[in-house]
Amino acid sequence: MIRAANLAWIDYAIMLIYFVFVLGIGYGLRRFMKTSTDFFLSGRSIPAWITGLAFISANLGAQEVIGMGASGAKYGILTAHFYWVGAIPAMVFVGLFMMPFYYGSRARSVPEYLKLRFDEKTRAVNAVSFAVMTVFSSGISMYAMGKLFKLLLGWDFSFSIWVSAIIVLAYIFLGGLTSAIYNEVLQFFLIVFGFLPLVLLGLRSVGGWDGLRDRLMAVSTGRGLEPAALTSSWTFMGHAGSNPIGVDWFTLVAGLGFVLSFGYWCTDFLVVQRAMAADSMTAARRTPLIAAFPKMFFPFLVILPGMIALAAGAGVYNKTAGQKGVQSGSVAAVQVAQVDTSGGPPASAQPPRAEGQGIIPPKEDAVTGKAEVDSNGRPVLDYDLATPMMLVHYFPAGLLGLGLTALLASFMSGMAGNVTAFNTVWTYDLYQSYMRKGASDQHYLWMGRVATIFGIGLSVAAAYVAASFNNIMDLLQLVFAFVNAPLFATFALGMFWKRSTGHGAFTGLISGTLAAAVHHGLTLPQGAVAGVKGGYFGVLTTYPSELAQTFWTAIFAWTTCFIVTIIVSSLTRPRPDDQLKGLVYSLTDKPREGDIPWYKRPVVMAVAVLILTVILNLVFS
Amino acid sequence: MPIGGMFFIVGLLLTIYGVATSGDPAYQKSLSIDINLWWGLVMVIFGVIFLGFGIRGASKIKHGTEDSPEGQAIEAREHEASLEV
Repeated sequence: MIRAANLAWIDYAIMLIYFVFVLGIGYGLRRFMKTSTDFFLSGRSIPAWITGLAFISANLGAQEVIGMGASGAKYGILTAHFYWVGAIPAMVFVGLFMMPFYYGSRARSVPEYLKLRFDEKTRAVNAVSFAVMTVFSSGISMYAMGKLFKLLLGWDFSFSIWVSAIIVLAYIFLGGLTSAIYNEVLQFFLIVFGFLPLVLLGLRSVGGWDGLRDRLMAVSTGRGLEPAALTSSWTFMGHAGSNPIGVDWFTLVAGLGFVLSFGYWCTDFLVVQRAMAADSMTAARRTPLIAAFPKMFFPFLVILPGMIALAAGAGVYNKTAGQKGVQSGSVAAVQVAQVDTSGGPPASAQPPRAEGQGIIPPKEDAVTGKAEVDSNGRPVLDYDLATPMMLVHYFPAGLLGLGLTALLASFMSGMAGNVTAFNTVWTYDLYQSYMRKGASDQHYLWMGRVATIFGIGLSVAAAYVAASFNNIMDLLQLVFAFVNAPLFATFALGMFWKRSTGHGAFTGLISGTLAAAVHHGLTLPQGAVAGVKGGYFGVLTTYPSELAQTFWTAIFAWTTCFIVTIIVSSLTRPRPDDQLKGLVYSLTDKPREGDIPWYKRPVVMAVAVLILTVILNLVFS
Repeated sequence: MPIGGMFFIVGLLLTIYGVATSGDPAYQKSLSIDINLWWGLVMVIFGVIFLGFGIRGASKIKHGTEDSPEGQAIEAREHEASLEV
């Protein structure tokens, strides 16, 4: 099999050192897992800056590193909206306004907060959908990893999946959430150190930001857009047709900035769990705010490689598929490396290259092995390979090992985040609530470890399912999107409107999810055919892009949930005020900050974060 | 603490490898920069700073956190796991 890179002993050595440290942390912590709170919530004893880094690292899975690189190549600097419009404001909000209820209510999980605030059925819906979702997301992420390492290094699919699954299993089994969190800090720095030299070398080779901008102009006009469309984040947002994401500013701010980002960062237990492990209320509130500082610079780390890959010079890859003499069906028909090291590619081996694809290889049909082409006959690029190709292109042996270890670390931190969230929700919200009430704490600690094993087992199974039925995963992700979209309306009403009731929340959630499905079923992105992309109930509207459709689906789901919750709540009997203390804004004492030095106060940090974000938006507008 | 240690070791390894392979044609990939050497050094420095913080933090925090039982527990936990970072 032809593959993109060969590893030297030094590359394996770096990976091995990483594995040793990751397992060592789990091993060193195993003695402190005495109660279930130690295992699931780190005994609420971790300092804020560590939970803060874990907060972003748990989210820094494969979807982030590979996906943001891919979006960088597809949408250019506009991908930064996912950070500067999406994540950052939501992180500020959860830290300032929502953490007092999560941490202060002493709920042990997000579904448990719903139980305290609303009722049992609202919790059950949230717990079940969340548990299923975590297992499948970690499965999808494993599948992506297995596929990528097979393509890049020729590693066996099962080998990469099992090795990473067993390592993650070992360190969580031993050290619980604490082990996951400390490892996430390690993984955070590793990802930074693995990708920073990539960005530095890449930028240097294309002539800095100015050079990158100049080179992307041709790509941009080639796609029928203004020359600066790929490198300006706001200039072309007035109209959906004039920017690469096909979304206008209102859809962006309402759909991505408000509904989707707040829904994820404020209600997803995967990230909230990290803040709940903090050692005090102030530390819990500072967790997302500390996380926001590095987070706002992440576009430079994860998006720029994708943009550089698009702009990078000619003669760097050598596609052999489709040429005579190569057996068809070879998945890894992309060859790099040799051409560079020998100083320039042999001219004869260079197939004609489509304008504006950089070092990104075209997507190949999994069955025929031929390059896929769009309706205009241009090759469809395999954007997911943008960042991995950059690693192979710029890194010599040694640093390549570091870069690939960083990639592995991102897969593992994402997987570990899902597994720790899963075992907690399973044990507290499903097992303890519905299967076995009132058992000893030791029993639940034991159950947590068992849940870790079968959570990872199920993820591995999901990875194999993904490998054999690709469409099932697309379908599942769609269903998750429907379930998640209305969530923030439920939480916002629960926390800030004491009149909202359990019946209201429950019907709101269900109708919001249905509204998402109906909206998606009645619309279609431009150029798509009815099916998994929408339109299965008939097509009422066509959106300029898939993102526009996603954002509007979210807006519809949120609005429906919001309105239905209000209506049903008004018709049902509210809970008395004294039962809602610590759960609702108007009935909770404001956190005191008098004795904290001013620069450590959440409000001060929040303002600093927002000012910096506005500046970044303006600089790259 | 172990985090600093890992970056120190990996950095050292890269630096030595960088010196040993200096001038290797493989570095044409990284724009003729011996990136292993330089990035290895950066990581060594980072590792040392991190280790330094760990040691200083351990001795400094000891006085601050001992006031509360919570703090003592954290201290003891971190100390025994040699996780003072």
